[in-house]
Amino acid sequence: MDHTKTPSAPNSASQADVPLAHVVELRILLTVFAALIMLTAITVAVSYFDFGAFNLSVALGVATIKATLVALYFMHLRYDNAFYATIFVIAVGFLGLFLGITMLDAVEYYPDVQTWQQSTR
Amino acid sequence: MATTQVEPVPDSYLTDPRGLRSWLVTRDHKRIGLMFLVLISASLALGAVFALLIRTELTLPGGQVVSTGAAYNRLFTLHGAVMIFLFVIPAIPSSFGNFVLPIMLGAKDVAFPRLNLASLYLYVVGMVFFLLVLLLGGIDTGWTFYPPYSTSTATPVVLAVVGAFILGFSSIFTGINFLVTIHTMRPPGMGWFRMPLFLWSLYGTAVIQVLATPVLAITLLLLAVERVLGIGIFDDKLGGDPILFQHFFWFYSHPAVYIMILPAMGIISEVISVFSRKHIFGYDFIAYSSIAIALLGFLVWGHHMFVSGQSPLVAMIFSALTFTVAIPSAIKVFNWLATMYKGSIELTPAMCFALNFIFLFGIGGLTGLFLGALATDLHVHDTAFVVAHFHYTMAGGVLMAFLAGLFYWWPKITGRMYRVGWGQLAALVVLIGFNLTYFPQFIIGARGMPRRFFDYTQLVQPDPDFPMLKPHPEFVYYQIISTVGGFLFVGGLVLVAINLIGSCFGGRKAPANPWGAATLEWQCDSPPPRENFASAPEAGDCYDYDDLEYDEQAQEYVKLP
Amino acid sequence: MTQSQEPPPAPRDGGNHDAAPLAHHFDSLKQQYDSAKLGMWVFLITEVLFFSGLFCWYAVFRANHPDVFVDGHHFLETPLGAFNTAVLIFSSLTMALAVRSAQLGRRAPLIGLLSVTLLCGLVFLGVKTAEYRQKWHHRLVPGQARIEYFFSAKRTDGVSAPPAKEFLPEGEGQAQYRQYVRQHLAHAGEEILTEEQLQGRIANLRSFMGIYFTLTGLHALHVIIGMGVIFWILVGAIRGRFGPRRFTAVDLVGLYWHLVDLIWIYLFPLLYLIH
Repeated sequence: MDHTKTPSAPNSASQADVPLAHVVELRILLTVFAALIMLTAITVAVSYFDFGAFNLSVALGVATIKATLVALYFMHLRYDNAFYATIFVIAVGFLGLFLGITMLDAVEYYPDVQTWQQSTR
Repeated sequence: MATTQVEPVPDSYLTDPRGLRSWLVTRDHKRIGLMFLVLISASLALGAVFALLIRTELTLPGGQVVSTGAAYNRLFTLHGAVMIFLFVIPAIPSSFGNFVLPIMLGAKDVAFPRLNLASLYLYVVGMVFFLLVLLLGGIDTGWTFYPPYSTSTATPVVLAVVGAFILGFSSIFTGINFLVTIHTMRPPGMGWFRMPLFLWSLYGTAVIQVLATPVLAITLLLLAVERVLGIGIFDDKLGGDPILFQHFFWFYSHPAVYIMILPAMGIISEVISVFSRKHIFGYDFIAYSSIAIALLGFLVWGHHMFVSGQSPLVAMIFSALTFTVAIPSAIKVFNWLATMYKGSIELTPAMCFALNFIFLFGIGGLTGLFLGALATDLHVHDTAFVVAHFHYTMAGGVLMAFLAGLFYWWPKITGRMYRVGWGQLAALVVLIGFNLTYFPQFIIGARGMPRRFFDYTQLVQPDPDFPMLKPHPEFVYYQIISTVGGFLFVGGLVLVAINLIGSCFGGRKAPANPWGAATLEWQCDSPPPRENFASAPEAGDCYDYDDLEYDEQAQEYVKLP
Repeated sequence: MTQSQEPPPAPRDGGNHDAAPLAHHFDSLKQQYDSAKLGMWVFLITEVLFFSGLFCWYAVFRANHPDVFVDGHHFLETPLGAFNTAVLIFSSLTMALAVRSAQLGRRAPLIGLLSVTLLCGLVFLGVKTAEYRQKWHHRLVPGQARIEYFFSAKRTDGVSAPPAKEFLPEGEGQAQYRQYVRQHLAHAGEEILTEEQLQGRIANLRSFMGIYFTLTGLHALHVIIGMGVIFWILVGAIRGRFGPRRFTAVDLVGLYWHLVDLIWIYLFPLLYLIH
């Protein structure tokens, strides 16, 4: 991002030329749409097969590819300032931190809960 | 609103334009900051009333103010909820932050003035919800709303939870505003590492507000949904998981203590440097440590849950990580001390409160390590030791910095000078009162005085049922000292209020730069005109005092040619 | 109003009516646009973390009670979920195209594309309503007894509210409910259920429906809010308020709508596909 303020010159012709944002090509948007629909079809089709422990990874993997496509092209992250992408990734990182540590703990303490539940039954 | 009755000063933000309506729909960051300041101070007063009731109750064993534990539960819950959600969280960012952030950047306003006004109104709505809870008899869950009790108690938990939810949005809006303003509106010549340190700390605060507060919002929403519809989320009787709530809650509420303390540290960085008349020592380290605190603050939430049933593995991880937060905090404290070293220290009221901060926050921070260590925490968990610790950090830290900021920026906000001598006296009274109140609680806490007990008769008398338990008659003396100290502490605060409000009526007119500070807000008039600066100011080194000299006649600092 | 007393902002854009009015505290249109966009992204971050609580709840339950999801997913209709996913992705495309039209200053396509996006939102909510209705019919909605009580005459007649913990209907309704669960599970291949097994299945179903309704309900709320703001910019587009240097609102609403889509992209497999 342009961190320094441009000197104030609101009426100058040069300022009117500064593009505000990138215009994404039509072809790219349509291709991304086709890819998203195809991935949806794949993930539904695949769900009828049982991959055991991989069910979750497959479903979430496809979802992540779809989400990345939406973020990069529909949300312009690929063309915009890299800072937006950075903070978005940081946010997802914090989601992972929250989810990861909480899950780690929940899985660790759950056997104690089960033992307790059985002892009170 | 006492400050609006100031004798008209031409062309200041206070009088341009006039009329109540112009205040209610204003988008001026200074007016919004000032209204926040008034509301936040009122919340502080309300919280202080509950605090005095609690102290009076605990003076002697048996009931003084309340006669049942249920009533006492409501009392400390209201004290905690009002102080946390209405005072300490918004205290500094929403009031002083709003007021000075754009001026420090030489800007006319924050990036989203309307969002800023929305933040103020959300705060008011949240306040109304809390007052409704108060009128309905209060809630008795503690400010943390832990289930399963909070899903079964008959008190109006949902109302309080919705109030906290709304206040959370007020905080998020402020955070978004500050983040964007600092990113896009810095003046020419002010790179990231030439910003005043207060802005760095507000930036760190905004990062936490944006990343953590939404998690509080969803936590409270889920709690309300569980209570109303019986969906099993946190209540084990409904198939939920109570420890999950504590993870959710502290994922917000631990970083939230840095929402409270970071802006306080920012104020101290400004005040210490100005009144030592010396360039701040280790600028880069203080700046980085603000960001480090903001990020490390997210890694330690589990240290609130050591006795909750959290697994030993995760508890150990959290305990180890907790110690790392001490590092950036200590970096700041050492840098402040180094700034004062060989400076020409001027003991203005703002400086006195800043010194109070360093002393009290030092104690509060170091006792925090006792609680972060797994083994000692098991001993002192849920005792008065914990109460003393967080009051040393929150009241001794945030409140002292709030008062330092209040004395520091008061001339800028109102355009009036207060009585310096009375301010110094107040700082001394507050310091003595504070330590009398909370230091005894470390001692009795370590000896086993639990928190949240309204009647401790059984602790001071021999218990026939448990002859092996040693009675603690000395608890009574410590509790009496604590109560006396509490009243002295609040007395000091009243002194501050009288001094400052009194200055609005007949105080000397404040010059533009009474303290000789080099940050941009002291380059515009006191109080500032509506758009802050007639022409964009030039940002120089904001801690360079060499070219400022005191002008005896004008009683202010002027720039040397 | 303070606004009325401020100096007129119009001249600062050089009299160009296609450009957005420049607020008094910004120096340039670019600065104003960048600030708005950064603000929107930061807001989207708060949305991500808001939903993180729901995902965390899901993850912990999935790790500790996988049977909840095995039993629960039999009660959802995957084709409807898949259809809704396609609808939302299509609406994301039309929204992205709408932003493009706004940037290029093409008013008629902008109006058309925004209308289609709005329509897709309606279809999505329609399908969702149909799914919810079916669950309501089989008494699978958490807190249903309380909701019914709230909308019934019992409340005014002084009958006290059913406790939040109550899940099963009383009397004949309960027998029907049990029968429904038993049949549905038998259809999915679980023939013989003892009373204890059935109790366990019902408890699981209750947990699952709690997660399902909270997650999809909050998402639907975001869809409704998104439709509200799309309607607002649609009105703006009809009035000709957007142009090549004046499309910030369309762009930001687009970002919000894509995020709502993005969240559904995760909710769909998590709720409908995993077993």
